[in-house]
Amino acid sequence: MTIDNSNDGFVVFDHVQKSYDGETLVVKDLNLSIGKGEFLTMLGPSGSGKTTCLMMLAGFETATHGEILLGGKPINDIPPHKRGIGMVFQNYALFPHMTVGENLSFPLEVRGISKSEREAKVQRALEMVQMGDFITRRPAQLSGGQQQRIALARALVFEPGLVLMDEPLGALDKQLREQMQFEITRLAHELGITTVYVTHDQTEALTMSDRVAVFDDGRIQQLAPPAVLYEEPENSFVAQFIGENNTLVGEVVEMKEDCCVVRLEDGEVFDAKPVNVHKVGDKTKVSIRPERVEYNKDRIPEGAHTLQAEVLEFIYMGDIFRTRLRVAGKDDFIVKTRNAPDQVRLKPGEKIEIGWLPRDCRALDA
Amino acid sequence: MSDRNEIPVDPHVAVVATATGVIDGDLTTADGRPLKKALQSANAVRRRRAFYLVAPLLVFILVTFIFPIGQMLHRSFYNEGFTVHEDVTTGVRTPIMTDLTAWFEAHPRGTEPDEAAFVALRNGIAQLDELKAAGSAGTRINYIRSGSRSMFTKAGRKWDKMEPPYKEAFLELDEEWGDPELWSAMRSASHSYTLDFYLAAVDLARDVEGQVVAVDVKRQVYVKLFIRTLILSVLITFLTFILAYPIAHLLATLPLRYSNLLMIFVLLPFWTSLLVRTTSWMVLLQSQGVVNDALVATGLLSDENRLQMMYNQIGTVVAMTHILLPFMVLPLYSVMRPIDPSYVRAARSLGATSWTAFRRIYFPQTVPGIGAGALLVFILAVGYYITPALVGGADGQLISNLIAFHMQKSLNWSLAAALASILLAGVLVLYWLYDKLVGIDNLKLG
Repeated sequence: MTIDNSNDGFVVFDHVQKSYDGETLVVKDLNLSIGKGEFLTMLGPSGSGKTTCLMMLAGFETATHGEILLGGKPINDIPPHKRGIGMVFQNYALFPHMTVGENLSFPLEVRGISKSEREAKVQRALEMVQMGDFITRRPAQLSGGQQQRIALARALVFEPGLVLMDEPLGALDKQLREQMQFEITRLAHELGITTVYVTHDQTEALTMSDRVAVFDDGRIQQLAPPAVLYEEPENSFVAQFIGENNTLVGEVVEMKEDCCVVRLEDGEVFDAKPVNVHKVGDKTKVSIRPERVEYNKDRIPEGAHTLQAEVLEFIYMGDIFRTRLRVAGKDDFIVKTRNAPDQVRLKPGEKIEIGWLPRDCRALDA
Repeated sequence: MSDRNEIPVDPHVAVVATATGVIDGDLTTADGRPLKKALQSANAVRRRRAFYLVAPLLVFILVTFIFPIGQMLHRSFYNEGFTVHEDVTTGVRTPIMTDLTAWFEAHPRGTEPDEAAFVALRNGIAQLDELKAAGSAGTRINYIRSGSRSMFTKAGRKWDKMEPPYKEAFLELDEEWGDPELWSAMRSASHSYTLDFYLAAVDLARDVEGQVVAVDVKRQVYVKLFIRTLILSVLITFLTFILAYPIAHLLATLPLRYSNLLMIFVLLPFWTSLLVRTTSWMVLLQSQGVVNDALVATGLLSDENRLQMMYNQIGTVVAMTHILLPFMVLPLYSVMRPIDPSYVRAARSLGATSWTAFRRIYFPQTVPGIGAGALLVFILAVGYYITPALVGGADGQLISNLIAFHMQKSLNWSLAAALASILLAGVLVLYWLYDKLVGIDNLKLG
């Protein structure tokens, strides 16, 4: 399911700003265009403005400046109930005094849909989330995962063009969360609904989304498909926030064509891919993914930069080994290796040689 | 088997028992004791300790609440004013009017009192005079037939000058002694146990033949007052609800530091004396009061047409609504506070207007608080005394004011007790109704 990112602009944030107290901006100049049928995730730490953006889109907050368009029409002055946007809340927000059936029937009732049609739609929506037998239950009688399914069905039952989800899986345990991740993406794609999904869980963002918008400090730091985001972070915040990351602090000493030379504080010099360093003398944080570093002599690729390291910790994690090393004076350098039959198992205190390719080394802003 | 299921199972005991297995259908512990017994002794210590903890409160409630209420209930159908005399200083109890009681038992109701009856009456009065109790016995008859007390005290002074035949002697003393109503009253009073006070409390009485009839229209006060109390209480409950709902909502939705400040304003009346609060309403509402003065000063009202808002039902309703308001605000607040704003947001996002979201989603979730507040305010209002006494005037009085009157002024405690018992029964019926309709476990007081 590939999405054309040419952006027909089903949802558009146009220079949107938001302030609650008139002194600080929670959202600073947001520009975002979401295509029809796209699954877009807003990812970021708490307080980064992602939920505020969602609430502005839903109509529960008003933008201090700028315009939000839905299907080409500005919706700043349209009240929430006329926007026709389905929403799934973090705490599910199932109405406790109504049965599951009444909960699902509610959006249809307020739209004046006839009883027989309502019943059919409710039944279809429940079956969609495999909860057909639960129509007469009350929310309190359901488990967290079941409540989540009902909340999802309720947000979809009136066939909205856009569904918003505010950390919907935050309260579930890991296994259930993974299952629901799969189901939500499946439903979203099957029904062709545009989805805006807010989370602070980067795994969730990577596995579910067509595109991810990484929020920090009220701005989108990077907007890209998951693979690009992970492999080609554009700045050190994104590199740090998405996945595990090793950061080496240094200075650019030479700029070459699509390559730069970095010198670390302890004098180590190596090649890196310049991402947002521009000239000699720029401070830089070099980002290297733990799984792109090798210590097995047979596996270190040709053209790799090699250097000495000391093993501090070796953690057996089943499918992978996680090794903490002292590299270039830093003792939080992580290497992840696959648990293969021929893989070397290290002991703390061992002196080893590690190596990485310059293309996996991204020289980012400091 | 069934009672075993009701005992809260101590998990540790249960584990041992299942490990030992079932012997002859009865579970035993590892050392062979029946499981039920083991459980009981294991829980006994805990239960005893819990009992000791609540014992002081239990004693307190027994002495200050259960016992007096029991006494009051008892007094409403038991009065020995015409059967036993108790010396206040020595506590010696002497049966009185025994001859007359015997005559009443021998002769059915409606029998014309003969000489023997008057002899018994004279003997009784002679004894009363000796005990100096003619007044108190007369008072008991006076409850049923007014004007009787003075007849008894007079007879108490003159009995030793009477000559047989006593019937004529009594009639000579006072013609009223031949009144069938008086004899009917004495017959009723000759039993310590009587329902007469309940009859009186609902404007009924016994006629000479012993039939229950309504009292004279001019003397019918209690039923009317019960109804007025009921209507005013419902009105006050409704008014507190209308006023408290928005306040409670505001308190529940404001950030904590503002809502705490506002909460102090809600609770402020609690820290002020009830009398101060009531008298300040008098200052505000009387015809030369602040409200009237303000209306006259602004020209909305001419000086001759000052509104009468005090010493009538308006005064009672206004002052009591204000005083009882916190009892509605607090339960409402306690149910509204935990209602997540995302419920209403969800409803709005699902297409409901703000009114529909309120009506269908928010309001139903506050019903337990409304029930609790209404019950609390209504029960308090039904028994309210001081405020109506001070600001109610003649037609703002409630039933409790009449109870107080009978306790303090007329000293007819049995009638006061009967009125209070009817009130109590009414409240209990309402409580039962509430339980049936809403469910008492839905009650949230805070």
